[in-house]
Amino acid sequence: MALQRITSPHMHAAQTTQRVMQLLLLATVPGLIALSWHFGWGSLINIAIASVTALVCEASIVALRKRPVWFYLHDCSALVTAVLIGLALPPLVPWWVVVVGTAFAIIIAKHLYGGMGYNPFNPAMVGYVVLLISFPIEMTTWPVAQSILPEGKVLPGLGESLQIVFQFSGTAIDGYTAATPLDSFKHSSGLLVEQFYDQNVWFVNGRWAGAGWEWVNLGFFAGGCFLLYQRVFTWHAPVAMLTTLTIMAWLNYDGGSSGSHGPATLHLLSGATMLGAFFIVTDPVTSAVSNRGRLIYGALTGILIFVIRAWGNYPDAVAFAVLLMNFAAPFIDYYTLPRTYGHDKRNRGTATLDASKQDTAKKD
Amino acid sequence: MTDMSALELLLTAVIALVLLSAIFGAILGFAAIRFKVEGNPLVDQIDALLPQTQCGQCGHPGCRPYAQAIIDEGEAINHCPPGGQATINALANLLDIPAPELDEEHGEEAEVKTVAYIREAECIGCTKCIVACPVDAILGAAKLMHTVIAVECTGCDLCVEPCPVDCIDMLPVPGELADWHWSTPRSSVELLKKPGIIATDRHGDVAA
Amino acid sequence: MKKTWDIHGGIHPPENKSQSLQRAISNVPMPDVLILPLNQHIGASALPLVKPGDTVLKGQMIAEPNGFISAAVHAPTSGTIAAIEERPISHPSGMSAPCIVLHSDGDERWVEGPPPADYQSLSPAQLLTIIRDAGITGMGGAGFPTAVKLQPRQSIDTLIINATECEPYITADDILIRERTEDIVTGIDILAHILGRPEQILIGIEDNKAEAYEALEPLLKDTAIELVEFPTKYPSGGEKQVIQILTGQEVPSGKLPAELGIVCQNVGTVYAIFRAVCKGEPLVSRITTVTGNSCRTPGNYEVLIGTPAVHLLTAAGFDEFLCQRLILGGPMTGYTLNDLSAPVIKSTNCLLAADAAESPQQGIPQACIRCGHCAEVCPAKLLPQQLFWYARSKDYDKLAAYHLGDCIECGACSYVCPSEIPLVQYYRAAKAEIRVMEQENIAADRSRQRFEYHQERLAKAEQEKIAKREARKKAAEQAKLSAQDNENIDTEDTDVVAAALARVRSSKPSPEEEHKRLQRAVMAAESRLAKARANHELCAADDPRRASREATLEQARLRHNEAVEQLTRHTDSNDTSKEQQNHTAEIPARTQHQNQNQNQDTVALDRAQLAIEQAQQRAAQQAEMSAQEKLQLQCDSLRKRLAKARDRLKQAESDADDNIEAYATAVTKLEDKLAVRQAEVEQGLAKTPAESDS
Repeated sequence: MALQRITSPHMHAAQTTQRVMQLLLLATVPGLIALSWHFGWGSLINIAIASVTALVCEASIVALRKRPVWFYLHDCSALVTAVLIGLALPPLVPWWVVVVGTAFAIIIAKHLYGGMGYNPFNPAMVGYVVLLISFPIEMTTWPVAQSILPEGKVLPGLGESLQIVFQFSGTAIDGYTAATPLDSFKHSSGLLVEQFYDQNVWFVNGRWAGAGWEWVNLGFFAGGCFLLYQRVFTWHAPVAMLTTLTIMAWLNYDGGSSGSHGPATLHLLSGATMLGAFFIVTDPVTSAVSNRGRLIYGALTGILIFVIRAWGNYPDAVAFAVLLMNFAAPFIDYYTLPRTYGHDKRNRGTATLDASKQDTAKKD
Repeated sequence: MTDMSALELLLTAVIALVLLSAIFGAILGFAAIRFKVEGNPLVDQIDALLPQTQCGQCGHPGCRPYAQAIIDEGEAINHCPPGGQATINALANLLDIPAPELDEEHGEEAEVKTVAYIREAECIGCTKCIVACPVDAILGAAKLMHTVIAVECTGCDLCVEPCPVDCIDMLPVPGELADWHWSTPRSSVELLKKPGIIATDRHGDVAA
Repeated sequence: MKKTWDIHGGIHPPENKSQSLQRAISNVPMPDVLILPLNQHIGASALPLVKPGDTVLKGQMIAEPNGFISAAVHAPTSGTIAAIEERPISHPSGMSAPCIVLHSDGDERWVEGPPPADYQSLSPAQLLTIIRDAGITGMGGAGFPTAVKLQPRQSIDTLIINATECEPYITADDILIRERTEDIVTGIDILAHILGRPEQILIGIEDNKAEAYEALEPLLKDTAIELVEFPTKYPSGGEKQVIQILTGQEVPSGKLPAELGIVCQNVGTVYAIFRAVCKGEPLVSRITTVTGNSCRTPGNYEVLIGTPAVHLLTAAGFDEFLCQRLILGGPMTGYTLNDLSAPVIKSTNCLLAADAAESPQQGIPQACIRCGHCAEVCPAKLLPQQLFWYARSKDYDKLAAYHLGDCIECGACSYVCPSEIPLVQYYRAAKAEIRVMEQENIAADRSRQRFEYHQERLAKAEQEKIAKREARKKAAEQAKLSAQDNENIDTEDTDVVAAALARVRSSKPSPEEEHKRLQRAVMAAESRLAKARANHELCAADDPRRASREATLEQARLRHNEAVEQLTRHTDSNDTSKEQQNHTAEIPARTQHQNQNQNQDTVALDRAQLAIEQAQQRAAQQAEMSAQEKLQLQCDSLRKRLAKARDRLKQAESDADDNIEAYATAVTKLEDKLAVRQAEVEQGLAKTPAESDS
């Protein structure tokens, strides 16, 4: 047959990969606004630098692989990675940190593994973790929120922020930084939670999870709800993750002793929890494929986040937890195959394959 | 610590190790007997993967002898043109070795399946082709016209050479409606490289 | 209200059903030519009962079923058979198949048949015969012979009438229910009668067919038939799906619904059964939806089977320039039609002439992002993306493990795939490849068996020869012994021995004859030797066959020597006593004969070996050569074969062989072939310099 025929179906739903990515970008807007409102221009600058880097890296790699550049750029997946990195990095971080992280994410974590759809690890999280391990000082220097700055002091404006980011005139970020709420809480040893909350400047102004942070997380939560409504992903993974995180926090919360790991509100609304729950854990490429698998995947991520936050060295743990679960995703898939119509038993990865092999052996 | 206790320590370690190895040895031994895999002899498995054209292009008089030679003489697995790369891959998979390319010294992979066809008017009934056919797919008797049982013919063409009047042709098997099926779609890489194909495609799909 | 169950997944594509529901079922003008494919159903092609030139009447059977799973074809109108030939048919391949071409005379004269009887008074077997003779097949799309489906081995407790029609655009069943409600209810009753009045009779209908529901409901008041409405969702209309919705049961993989005691029939089929049983009309027409933005008057048409698509489309105001894709069947499972002359067949429920807006061009597929939407919508609860990976890497074991065979090809996965991957086509291709592979495996098994039998037969023949030789040797020794015994001893056995000897003697040739025979043998050996020599000389020094020629020559020489030796021995021993001489002459002669046999065997084996080696050498040489050189080589080998053939011809002429003519044609054939090859070579040579110039 010389001509290739088009097979059925001859209709197609409106959802395309490109549209999914665009919706994702749109959904980050509330969180981004909250971030910018409370922490200044830093995140926007991060996103701008990351986007340019990501597009340049993506285009050059695609060109190196001798594929049409436009076809691969217009699915917006590189932009999504860039925006997620930009959101995850501390505002006002030096520009080269963003460039290194984004380039690593696109070139190594994405394209060296085969590009879109083939990467086993979430590129944004790989980039983030690489930076966290390589440049711990830059990565843990967060600005303080607008609302808790000392009287009369304001966050740097756009020009000053750019100067800080590009390290022009020796303008230092130091004047604006402080440990994050999670970090402060981790080092609050000896104080009862109530005492600590009353003393720490974050919690004096933000009783739930630290000034500014709770709004950022609520912003991402709103964006996530929008994506759920748009059916970009299913509820399974985020809900499972938030549920187990809450349960773990609740189980380990002893009412506020000095050894406590913090109340559930702190864990839910501080750090990268909501960003992780709705934008990272839901990444289809690197998570489990079936809904049951996603429940397990999300639940285990939530547990890991709490475990690392409570007993690990790092104050936040979303990136590590997600990467660890990326490892486990194929394994989860293996054991969560659905029961096919007309079959008595649920598919089991190993069992089915062995059985089919035995069948062929018998035939021989 | 005295010398005595050092010796004791040594003894304890040795005894523990001996005990451990005995226990694990026993377990392994038991497992080896209890869970013994009754596999097919390898020759049968290889033979099952070969295309059974019995054409002799591999240098052995038939598929089974070739399978035997792969096992006994370590013959390379890429000597089978009728099976082509698919067979080589399957053999490599079975024997757990990297799959080589087809050895072209033994011929090239045929693109179309063929069957022998005897032009019956010209056949003189010499029975030479009947002798040559490895699967007894030619019917006939001395001084009588011969014919090929097309469904049994493996397309090995061993009958063509012996024919004294050159009345045997290898004809491609015609494609039938029942054999038609959808082909695997082109990958997007291919489609992007040759956008022209899509254009003609679409043209073809607009009602003539 | 009966409880209904939900199927997994499913999608809600735009329905687009209202366009074709604007007007009632209308008729299509009689086409001049009707094309009736012999295979419009699943199963064996029907066998034509007419020949070109025959006059047929409407409803006359013109092709009979061939076997159990097959269906008859009837003349849709009266006219003459113009031809029985290959014509483009309605098939995704766009290929041609044998069709009966009927020229209508426009008279619509019906064939005379027995008047239809009251179905209540007929037995199920009689009714099944009527249905089978009416050529009824499933009208929903698959086209399985209905009579076969209605005689399951299991007892049936549930009859399901599938009025779901879940595919977008199609309204043929909907309008059929609205307009011919009573006929359908009667049809269902006929089915119930055939199946021995099952406990449950259910009509499954989607909630988007309110009018059809209202039309049916009052008629079912006093019957055992239950009308069940359920939410609209594609693909609820699949047989397995409708069974799950109505009964909550799943048809086991690889089994038929009958194993659950369920028979499922489409509304269109029910109507065809009604026509066949109550009106005595075989299946000659059907309701087909013609719709799409490229049709000015979309609607449902009662159309004769065999009507060319173009004729039907014209009746619906088809605009060829608007049409982007012409789809036979629904937009989810139908296939594109390339040839407008292809006919409407028994299972054609829809012709969709879609414009660019309705059926946008397929985009270039992007990478799978494992979003899992396909798994969410799959009604068979498969993992389409895993199947896609394995189909692409042709991992058939994995495909089987992930139950590719349970895919119903509904297209829901492709519909939702954000990367626009043609998943269904991957599955169809993989399924077909698996089927082809299975067939090839079966064929390979058979040829393996045949090869083994072949080998066994050769081995057996060989053994028999050895055994015979042994037996002869023994017999000869025995005879010798008994001859001596006969001279020396007179025992009671003498008679027996004497008798045996007499037998031996009578069968033995006289010494004179023996002498002559040996002389002949010597002569034959001589001629063989001469021939071998000639062959050997003929053969060029670089000929690969030289080795074999040499072997033959050597053998011929040996045999000749042997024969000569025997002859001399025979002449020498002529002086000795007759009996002894007989023995001694005979034994070597026989052994010689046996040796000859043996030699022939080894020669045959050697030849096979040589042929293989030659083939290898040829292939090896060819592998290294360019196309040009290959052609040259082919030419050379042809030339050699020609030379050989000429020799044979010459020899045949000198021997006045019977086969001179055959040899002569072989020579001319070879000459022709050689000429063709040579022309190719020259062409190639002419081309090569031209190429190098440019």
